[in-house]
Amino acid sequence: MILSGKTWKFGDNINTDLILPGRAQWFTEEEQMACVFEANRPGWIHEIAPGDIIVGGQNFGMGSSRPAARSLRNLKLACLVADSINGLFFRNCVNWGFRALECPGVSAAFEEGDLAAISFDDFTVRNQRTGKTLQAAPVPPSLLATMEAGGVIPLLEKEGLIEEAV
Amino acid sequence: MPGMTAIEKILARNAGVDRMRPGDLAVVRVGCAVLYDNNLIPSNWRRLTKVFDPDRIVVVFDHRVPAKDVITATAHQTGRDFVRQFGIKRFHDVGPNQGICHVLVADHGYAIPGEVLVCGDSHTCSAGVFNCAARGTGSPDMLYAAAKGETWFRVGGTVRYELEGELQDDVSTKDVFLHIADTYGDHATMNVEYGGPALATLSINARRTLSTMSAELSAEFATFEPDDVMLDYVRERNPGLEFEPQYPDADASYADVRTVDLYAIEPQVALPDSVLNNSKPVGAVAGTRIDQAFIGSCANGTLDDLAVAAKVLKGRRVADSVRLIVTPGSQNIYRDALRAGHIETLMDAGAVVTNSTCGACGGGNLGILAPGETCITASTRNFKGRMGSAEARIYMASPATVAASAVEGAIADPREVLARTPGGAAS
Repeated sequence: MILSGKTWKFGDNINTDLILPGRAQWFTEEEQMACVFEANRPGWIHEIAPGDIIVGGQNFGMGSSRPAARSLRNLKLACLVADSINGLFFRNCVNWGFRALECPGVSAAFEEGDLAAISFDDFTVRNQRTGKTLQAAPVPPSLLATMEAGGVIPLLEKEGLIEEAV
Repeated sequence: MPGMTAIEKILARNAGVDRMRPGDLAVVRVGCAVLYDNNLIPSNWRRLTKVFDPDRIVVVFDHRVPAKDVITATAHQTGRDFVRQFGIKRFHDVGPNQGICHVLVADHGYAIPGEVLVCGDSHTCSAGVFNCAARGTGSPDMLYAAAKGETWFRVGGTVRYELEGELQDDVSTKDVFLHIADTYGDHATMNVEYGGPALATLSINARRTLSTMSAELSAEFATFEPDDVMLDYVRERNPGLEFEPQYPDADASYADVRTVDLYAIEPQVALPDSVLNNSKPVGAVAGTRIDQAFIGSCANGTLDDLAVAAKVLKGRRVADSVRLIVTPGSQNIYRDALRAGHIETLMDAGAVVTNSTCGACGGGNLGILAPGETCITASTRNFKGRMGSAEARIYMASPATVAASAVEGAIADPREVLARTPGGAAS
């Protein structure tokens, strides 16, 4: 699977309070989307288009366990690629079904607005403007399968371990 | 082949394999799954049709208790239904056994050495103090763990902190943590292991501040080496239970080993927005005016923390310009502090003592900051906007420093405040 899209750059240590503010935790999914990055990048959610890609720095998604990855998925962003991704945020990407890759050096290789082509087959990240291709860290096959299946909720549904949403 | 660190051994044991190495994916059995009210929000929850073992599931309401609005109340209702559906006994509803999940896990002995504990809150590494592989996960993770009794972890390298020396008076493990976070920054994708001769000088509460705050290093796991103090604590709360604590191998392979001399540490204050590479000795920021001071959370709501606050506030007054909010980590701690006289001392000094909840730490159900306000907090996080307005500033420090600052109306060194006779000039 190759995803192509316009990139939006974020710095190091982007925390989940920024992605999904505490006050929004108890909102509906729809309302949560409207709050993404409101403190550090107000208005951003109106600038993005489906299929866009976030390029992050070190330790993207540090902080709380809140469903911040779900909001990025719901905003129809194609994926996240960052120099490194916080461990808890990465598991939330897997379990909420939002594609995410760790690719050291990606932040330096992109300027905001560059087009990226990201392969989830060989885990490469290509900057379409510069032609430069970087190697990302492979995602273990079982985790990639969960990520691509939309997270663990559909899997648990299929196994009859949780009831359908009401 | 080199030996394994404590966390590698715990993960290997629970994955049913001989070895675990950085880079491995550990699929492990879950010893204890702790669900809390945020997992039960309508948008996060799905009704389960089975659980792996009702006796290994804990349900806690802590982030917004008592219920602050209809959504919260609905989440709590969902939790009560879930508890009834499966006959879960370890349930902490609003009432006498209410508290913050990580505090309850410690105080009730739910974390077992050598086992795996997962909870939907990011400060779950708190239970690493019990030599447990404890990690915060997300809500879907918790549904999965509760249904299947299984979870996965990516295994990272381990940084070992060798603690030496003894803390000086009025310096705490919060200051030690701020020093580590300032000196070494984040530990993303890595584990931390705490050990060394100074362990024997630190109470379980003091150690737990360190393990809990390790979430702020972005550490995967924070694991303490077992010792008799910890093992006795667990045995006392689980009479007759057999368990297997995991000691690091003598030839374990660490990404780094760092020695921290506790005696050399002075009170630290983290500047707003982050604790990573962002702290100063208290003297460097003393005099910064504050509007609110907070002592509480899973990291600093213990009886020891309340006792320290009471010691600083005894015979003194919270400055008129400051709101001091104190939130015990559990209702049991609240009652213990009441019996010890700490609550009276705090209230006489002008503090507002709230019921146990996560509360102000996450800008939840109380203690919200307005734009332009400044807060100093002994809690878990000082991210921008964390406690209310994104235009508020949040400093972080130990309970002693927060209490001293509440008295002065500005950030203050607790040693200087304590050196003065209450209500008068320097003694």
